[in-house]
Amino acid sequence: MFFTYLRRELRHRRKQSVVVATGLGVAIALVMVVTSVAAGVRDAQGSVLESAYGVGTDITVAQASTPGQGGRGPSFSFGQDDGKASSDGGSTQLSQSRLTTGPGTTAYDAAALATVSKLDHISGVAATLSLQNVTFSGSLPQPGDQPTGDPQTQGGSQQDGSSRPSFGGGDFGIDQTTVTGVDPTADAVGPLTTVKVTEGRSLTAADADAKIAVVDSQYADTNTVKVGDSVDIGGESLKVVGIVGSTSGTGVATASDVYIPLTLAQTLSDSAGKITTLYVSVDSSSNVDAVAKAISAAVPDVSVSTQSDLAGDVTGSLSTASSLVSRLGTALSIVVLVAAFGLAVLFTVSGVNRRTRELGTLKAIGWSRRRVVGQVAGEAVTQGILGGIAGIVLGGLVVLAINLAGITLSGSSGSSFSFGGPGAGGGAGAPTGGGPGGGSGGPFGAAANAAQNAVDVVLHAPISLWVVLAAVGLAVLGGLVAGVVGGRRAARLRPAEALRSLA
Amino acid sequence: MYQLEKVSRTYQQGKRTVKALVDVDLHIADGELVAIQGPTGGGKSTLLQMLGGLDRPTSGSVRLGASAAADDRAPDSVDLATLGDTALTRVRAERIGFVFQNFNLIPTLTAQENVETALVPTETSPADRAEKARAALASVGLSERADHLPGELSGGQQQRVAIARALVKEPTVLLADEPTGNLDEATRDEIVALLEGLWKEKGLTVVMVTHDSTVARRAKRRLRIADGKVTQLA
Repeated sequence: MFFTYLRRELRHRRKQSVVVATGLGVAIALVMVVTSVAAGVRDAQGSVLESAYGVGTDITVAQASTPGQGGRGPSFSFGQDDGKASSDGGSTQLSQSRLTTGPGTTAYDAAALATVSKLDHISGVAATLSLQNVTFSGSLPQPGDQPTGDPQTQGGSQQDGSSRPSFGGGDFGIDQTTVTGVDPTADAVGPLTTVKVTEGRSLTAADADAKIAVVDSQYADTNTVKVGDSVDIGGESLKVVGIVGSTSGTGVATASDVYIPLTLAQTLSDSAGKITTLYVSVDSSSNVDAVAKAISAAVPDVSVSTQSDLAGDVTGSLSTASSLVSRLGTALSIVVLVAAFGLAVLFTVSGVNRRTRELGTLKAIGWSRRRVVGQVAGEAVTQGILGGIAGIVLGGLVVLAINLAGITLSGSSGSSFSFGGPGAGGGAGAPTGGGPGGGSGGPFGAAANAAQNAVDVVLHAPISLWVVLAAVGLAVLGGLVAGVVGGRRAARLRPAEALRSLA
Repeated sequence: MYQLEKVSRTYQQGKRTVKALVDVDLHIADGELVAIQGPTGGGKSTLLQMLGGLDRPTSGSVRLGASAAADDRAPDSVDLATLGDTALTRVRAERIGFVFQNFNLIPTLTAQENVETALVPTETSPADRAEKARAALASVGLSERADHLPGELSGGQQQRVAIARALVKEPTVLLADEPTGNLDEATRDEIVALLEGLWKEKGLTVVMVTHDSTVARRAKRRLRIADGKVTQLA
């Protein structure tokens, strides 16, 4: 009788049932879409973070950088015997590399690695030394030579009005390469976890002191580098043993242009016993905050960042999407959900009011209050379940459409900065010393930072079982709220109403 | 069957106190067919609510199952005035049948299902419920209309369904509030004849509130209630 009566009532109040179920369905669908997209954005943020910090990294430890500290641009010094005269004897060919910690990056004592390794709940630690290799190469005119071309087009300029021989222009370029010194033995955490070998091999434990390098595939393409070739890093020619790409997909840059053994990086950059970043994995996500605090206490003056802290560093359209979903999406979901619940309650109470005589009659003929309330609540919950099913279908279709649309979000992690504007020339990396100053500008205008890593991620909004269960739960909750309110109203009806309505 | 002693019921209508029943003493014997008449607002429906356990008096007692002598009560005698909600619901479900002026059928259920609703609280099995409902509908001559919704039935047929619903649980008392109030003359006679026949056949105690003197005259005993006071008519 319960189900027969329920079915007939819902069918009888078809329009109301459809309105209530639709309202709940739209609300459930919205919650589902927001939840799924939020999960997708979280995953995308994770991809960006992974590409920068490695898979499984829960915490990163870096030296807190303050203005005036940290690495600065390299300076170049050329002596009398540096360089090689050109065939016409009019200019000198110069080339020099400097491997230093990049601007904004500060190296600190590698003893922190041992200190952190001894802490509880640590499942893995890897140290890296993030460096910047700047190569100056080009030709400068011999002192005393007359300008050989138009100073404007050559980029040369008179530096001052002193008695020094006048500067006659030159042509040089400055190339920057991000270099990361990694511990080949620590491959469970750190930057190497997000790369895959596309050619040759990766670094191994046996390579700890070897003068070799592994290069990023995009870097290799740009600079036409192949396995077996050499790259000039810090004035040392290193043999390329492998080319790696990002595990995030083709066309995605890895965290660094060149990877070399940590010890070699320390030697070449005169940073013996120094590192710039520790990548830490923790045995359980519930211990991350505690371990972060422990690291802060054990290693003073370092900046300890957890994944959630790092997520805040993700910028670009991904960051915008994240804000949109977390703020507008959540607020909208709550508003629509409350409205749908309100609608369900309103219609249920209205239905009870219209059925005063009917429900009163049932009480008069012996239906208990519980049975009458159960009947009313059952109808409301069924409407909720129908709304939930409609919501899951609608939400599923919207999420499917979002996934099929292939929305690409761009995100970059880590702090970014650029030094010098386009064509500024000079500045921190300006040549100094024996040769005359000036030059044709160079690549200083480009943003430069080893930690910066821009990644395009296609948004994939997952629908998990939990999302579906939560949707059903919300729908049932909506029905229950309506049922409880409507049921309370029905419970208060006195059976005498069945007779009194005759008056 | 009923023994009412000093039953009073007052209502509060805003600042005004309405005395619907005033010190009513009344005995209704087992198997009696009693008609209650009186002007509108005189207390007829209130008295019927007291008898049916739909409302409680402000003071006094309403004993159901009582014999004539107050000190010689039957074992199943209960005071509806003091009974708890659950027990009162059970009494209504098992011992009292109601027939209303407007039939009060559930519009979304068929005639058969409407009759079955009266058996739902008695925990009768679905099969027995269906069987008893079919028999009850047959007893009021509506076997062929069992699958019809109330809206598809005439007023007389709806009242027959309501009577079948009241009687399907085999109550000891049938309370009817203006059972012919919404029916034409011919149908009225049909329904009164049906109620009379069932009363005789089943030995029920029937209490019927009616405005219609023709209907009231069919009763073996007529009461008049006005200003909350009950008087016996000839």
